[in-house]
Amino acid sequence: MDHVTIPVVDPGSAEGVLSLLWLVIALPLAGAAVLLVGGPLAGARAKGAMDRWGPWLACTAVGWSFLLSLAMFFALLGHDAEERQVGQHLFTWFEAGSLHVGMDLLYDQLSALFLLLITGVGFLIHVYSVGYMAHDARRLRFFGYLNLFVAAMLVLVLSANFLGLFLGWEGVGLASYLLIGFWQHKHSAAAAAKKAFVINRVGDIGLSLAVAVMFATFGTTDFTTISAVAGEASQGTLNALGLLLLLAACGKSAQVPLQAWLLDAMEGPTPVSALIHAATMVTAGVYLITRSNFIYEHTPLAQTAVVVVATVTLLWGAILGCAKDDIKKALAGSTMSQIGYMMLAAGLGPAGYPFAIFHLLTHGFFKANMFLGAGSVMHGMDDDVDMRHYGALRTYMPVTFLTFAMGYLAIIGFPLFSGFWSKDKIIETALAENTVVGLCALLGAGITGFYMTRLMLMTFFGDKRWEPGVHPHESPQVMTIPLIVLAALSVLGGVMIIGSWIVGWLEPVTGHAVHPEPPIAPILVTLLVVAVVAVGVAAAWFLIGRRDIPREAPAEVSFATRAARSDLYGDAINDVLVVQPGMGLARGLTTFDRAGVDGVVEGGSAAVGGISGTLRRVQNGFVRSYALSLLGGALLVVLALLAVNLG
Amino acid sequence: MTQYVVLSAILFTIGCVGVLTRRNAIVVFMCVELMLNACNLAFVAFAKQHGNLDGQVAAFFVMVVAAAEVVVGLAIIMTIFRTRRSASVDDASLLKY
Repeated sequence: MDHVTIPVVDPGSAEGVLSLLWLVIALPLAGAAVLLVGGPLAGARAKGAMDRWGPWLACTAVGWSFLLSLAMFFALLGHDAEERQVGQHLFTWFEAGSLHVGMDLLYDQLSALFLLLITGVGFLIHVYSVGYMAHDARRLRFFGYLNLFVAAMLVLVLSANFLGLFLGWEGVGLASYLLIGFWQHKHSAAAAAKKAFVINRVGDIGLSLAVAVMFATFGTTDFTTISAVAGEASQGTLNALGLLLLLAACGKSAQVPLQAWLLDAMEGPTPVSALIHAATMVTAGVYLITRSNFIYEHTPLAQTAVVVVATVTLLWGAILGCAKDDIKKALAGSTMSQIGYMMLAAGLGPAGYPFAIFHLLTHGFFKANMFLGAGSVMHGMDDDVDMRHYGALRTYMPVTFLTFAMGYLAIIGFPLFSGFWSKDKIIETALAENTVVGLCALLGAGITGFYMTRLMLMTFFGDKRWEPGVHPHESPQVMTIPLIVLAALSVLGGVMIIGSWIVGWLEPVTGHAVHPEPPIAPILVTLLVVAVVAVGVAAAWFLIGRRDIPREAPAEVSFATRAARSDLYGDAINDVLVVQPGMGLARGLTTFDRAGVDGVVEGGSAAVGGISGTLRRVQNGFVRSYALSLLGGALLVVLALLAVNLG
Repeated sequence: MTQYVVLSAILFTIGCVGVLTRRNAIVVFMCVELMLNACNLAFVAFAKQHGNLDGQVAAFFVMVVAAAEVVVGLAIIMTIFRTRRSASVDDASLLKY
């Protein structure tokens, strides 16, 4: 990796359609403002109109953003490869002495892809939500939050400095919190929102410290400056920066050890799970690491840490996915695992970055597709999420089944589907870099095949195990059309790899890769991956497909199943390592505060009170005693004067 | 010279003892006047010794203040006597803790 030349961010000025960059953010932001401020202010009649048209207003805002992104993407395609970085200075954010932070936007090959993903998938999910949330009384607020999320996410990927990125980072965290806890009357939803927020704060500390270190070291957080001078900083600083950014990425992308919030986050409405906790926000960590490639290239230590975290997470998430009976939690485990793949690729340096982004995009398509499909199933099953109560739904929900099947084939890496290309590339790169990591990724692919087949079999095949009184039905068109579009994207997402287009496209951002010699030929790797996945699928068929599925989860299970059901004891570990010591510390501080601090303060005042109670007896009302004390005082003064003068 | 100062000290001490030991408000009052005049005597004596008028001026001030004090003080004593039928300073001891 020594002879990699790291590209310097050097944007030109925005012209033509590209000068409308700010509008991409402004549209959803305006939508959020109208819905969140206008909704509560509107009178009774206006309220009715807003309830009816507000959701479509939100869709329109994101839709126009998507069209703009598309136009800008084609404008960027028209530029020469060297001129595909465009900057736009909006205003000076703050200025103090030598410190100057501008609200700058950077539109380059990387953010262009993210823009398309966020606004495109975001738009589809907005449309789907119009159907999904049609009967919710607070849907205006829901769409306001969704628009707010899209705006914050766009700030995150468009900012030209780490501080602006941090602004978007906190913005998506806030939107995520608000949306997980959207049904706040449910205690579990409120608790899940808080858990997500608190765990994300741990990661946010990493990012804010990294920003502080950048200010101290480089005097700025602009990508432009730092990418040019990053190599001049000391190794210790670079290691610290790399690890702090990794901590931030772990929080946002639910990587071990900050993974515990993602499964609980499924308490939110399903479109939220699809948009925020599958397609976009949770991939922000991958974006952060890819964007900071100019830092990671100088710190092999942090890169190794990224790879280790990613490998652990991809297996961890996959194991969780195998044991969960809640369809959304099984999908969430899968999301965690797939983000592990992306992080793994991002940790492998310039050889991996394009594949991380590639997998991020294809995963955005097929996971959003499957989450929305799960939402459609729940919609038909009276919001039951337990897969043990599903079964045989393929004939009752044909569109949902077929679109879900496309996502399923994509995620397990069925040949020619989008996930096949992206996952295969990651495993190939990982094998070339490190055999152990590569084998773990291969194993993860097999487990993916297993748990996704299990999910498919339990939901769409087998016998009916429905709750009494449930009548599954296909969802309305407003929900199925987004599913169809996403299913098409899941199938066709692989076109980005034709002729290594995405590798060449991202090369000016992530650097030219010197591919190490792979230990075995790529075609063999591909065959190996397909074989391992086939084994996983077959195992699921033999263990689940052939047997009857009990409606209640069996209690007598092996240790491994029990561990996986309880999130591999992630909560218990957090409890022992963080929560209990934290509570102990808090209790200790309370005791110290009560006994120590309060004791001193209250004891002091009690002493003063007691003494004054005694002293006031001196004021006895007898004039002559006052005169005596006056005389005594005067005598004392005279004596003191004499002592001073004579002594 | 010494005689004046000694006389002044004796008068002051008598006044002092009177204030501390007597109960009749009028007598206490007279003792206070005695102490003031002892001070005046000392002032005048020292003024004579130093050959300037500072002490004599101070004595005039003391007299003026004493006169004003007598007016207010006697009025208070009169009022207390009318309401309580007593001029004892120990009886008027309600203003306490």
